[in-house]
Amino acid sequence: MTQATANGGPVLEIRGLKTHFFTRDGVVKAVDGVDLTVEAGEIVGLVGESGCGKSVTSMSVLRLVQDPGRIVDGSIRFQGTDLLGLSDKEIRNIRGDRISMIFQQPISSLNPVYTAGFQIAEVYRVHRNMKKGPARDKALEVLREVGIPDPERRIDAYPHELSGGMAQRIMIAMALAAGPELLIADEPTTALDVTIQAQIIDLMRDVREDLGTAIILITHDLGIVAEIADRVAVMYAGEIVEEADVETLFTDPKHPYTRGLIGSIPVAGARREWLDVIPGRVPNLIDLPPGCRFAPRCRARLENDLTICTEREPALLDVGENHTARCWLYSEGRR
Amino acid sequence: MLIGILALVFALARLIPGDPCRAALGERATDEICEAYNERYGLNEPIYVQFGIYLNDIAHGDLGESFRFGVPVTELLVERLPTTIELSITALLIAVVVGVPLGIISGYRHNSKTDVATMIGANIGVAMPVFWLGLMLQYVFAVLLRDTPLALPPSGKLDAGLIPTPFYEVWGWPMNGFTEFLAKFTVMNALVTFQWEILSSAMLHLILPAVALATIPMAIIARMTRSSLLDVLGLDYVRTARAKGLAERTVVVRHALRNAMLPVVTVVGLSFGALLGGAILTETIFNLAGVGKTLFDAITSRDYTVVQGFTLVVAVGFVVVNLVVDMLYTYLDPRVRVS
Ligand SMILES: Nc1ncnc2c1ncn2[C@@H]1O[C@H](COP(=O)(O)OP(=O)(O)OP(=O)(O)O)[C@@H](O)[C@H]1O
Ligand SMILES: [Mg+2]
Repeated sequence: MTQATANGGPVLEIRGLKTHFFTRDGVVKAVDGVDLTVEAGEIVGLVGESGCGKSVTSMSVLRLVQDPGRIVDGSIRFQGTDLLGLSDKEIRNIRGDRISMIFQQPISSLNPVYTAGFQIAEVYRVHRNMKKGPARDKALEVLREVGIPDPERRIDAYPHELSGGMAQRIMIAMALAAGPELLIADEPTTALDVTIQAQIIDLMRDVREDLGTAIILITHDLGIVAEIADRVAVMYAGEIVEEADVETLFTDPKHPYTRGLIGSIPVAGARREWLDVIPGRVPNLIDLPPGCRFAPRCRARLENDLTICTEREPALLDVGENHTARCWLYSEGRR
Repeated sequence: MLIGILALVFALARLIPGDPCRAALGERATDEICEAYNERYGLNEPIYVQFGIYLNDIAHGDLGESFRFGVPVTELLVERLPTTIELSITALLIAVVVGVPLGIISGYRHNSKTDVATMIGANIGVAMPVFWLGLMLQYVFAVLLRDTPLALPPSGKLDAGLIPTPFYEVWGWPMNGFTEFLAKFTVMNALVTFQWEILSSAMLHLILPAVALATIPMAIIARMTRSSLLDVLGLDYVRTARAKGLAERTVVVRHALRNAMLPVVTVVGLSFGALLGGAILTETIFNLAGVGKTLFDAITSRDYTVVQGFTLVVAVGFVVVNLVVDMLYTYLDPRVRVS
């Protein structure tokens, strides 16, 4: 593996990304103006409820969104290069080599008819033009690096012969094979049980320490984010609603949605009368409410008796040092 | 399994209504003649005794003697089985070679014009009665296009007057039941002995019946390939393959297609059954003396032993083909490999 090199600026810079799905029922605005920056070697947590557009955002980075989805606006700069302007061939050369992805269901993410080793070796074959034999040797090497027990045997295993945790390690090995500068992990632990989750999280932390790989970690488990991320972006209905470094976000969340999210983490040992869940559901991404997308569910809006919330969309405002939130509560003094 | 097939075949043959004696010897055969006839072929014995005798004979490789032609059934088989095998294999080849790529194109470019056209074609193909298609093909290629370069022979195995030399004569091999059987594969025989005129005539004669026979399986295979590929293209590991940076072609061929072919392989095996059924009609229409036509004639004339013998061979053929399919499946899918 090569040491990831950073040339000063951020590894990834997403600006105004809009990815819409043109379905029969209407245009699903799954991602609707997302800004996100990832510095070299940084771990950024991307959190939010199911369906808020986390996966679509990450798929957009590698331009893997399939019909009827399309990136309709924005720019995605990877080390200065606009990924949206590349040819199909050029973006393919980046996929799996300089930016790679792992997914939620590790077993179904591996092709059932090929061995783990074959699927890892493919990365070397396509990106390093290696022949089968040497590519396999490299695959064995990377399996060792991610700490897979008994790699000589695992390399010839088929996916159905692997446990979920083992399959996810294989996926990570595959993702790291070419030594990428950026790893996008889309809920890498959601399908695994708790002890295995911890191992996978440790592995990702090691990856960042040892290889300097920047990581976007998508999850709805705030516990994992608190444990490993440097910075957190909170997504709601296709938008980033709050972004801050991990400490600030957990100690001083600004957006009512983030507060709700943090409030709804069950704390072991702490006795609570009721679990603080956010009322209501994520809005339909076809017919979005006018104004703030969270307004219909927002308790703070009622408490403060704000009418603007249902009329105009708030912008992402600075609410502290390196801390932004998209909420009218914080705009008064600034207008 | 085998005994089951045997019992079924035996019972089915006897269930055909009608009297074998009168069917074979004509309506005006007298009772005395029929009595003698039944005596000769053991038809007076109780049915279970007949079955016992039948089993015993089969164990000795004896399929009995045709009531109608007075020759052993095995001899008829040697004579006629190769025609059917050649016809079925050609038809299956056409079905696979045309059906699979069509299915792939439609599946990959689904909802495109090609897809819509192929699927309309496939649905018509499935619904088309074989005999009607056979007659239409004969009409178009032998009547409408007669005397054009596109004309194709509508019946028989070879042009009149052509007599192939069996390969065992050319090579100086002994003539026995087995070499005789092999020599009846007209196309193969002509090919290995360089009888080009015979080869081209045999192949031209095969085209129309094979196409008629191939249509339904081809349509089924194309539809299956399409839907299977569509399913697979949406799966997680295809996304992984793309995220890895593989070329689209590699993603489709290496990662999607191999998995998508699994159900298709099963369908190919099953269509072989339909193919054998279709062979009865096709051979009758195109006047090919194969298993299908023989079976058809035997059923009409209550020639029990022939019906039994030929059905048995067809059933065994079906089992063998599906065994091959299972082996192929095991090769393609590691999940079913026994450790
Ligand atoms: N192929 C598609 N066609 C139409 N809509 C889609 C499609 N794929 C995703 N969407 C929509 O995009 C929105 C965002 O989906 P996405 O998968 O990014 O959510 P997510 O935040 O990753 O959720 P989860 O936590 O469940 O993975 C969803 O509301 C979904 O309905
Ligand atoms: Mg997701």
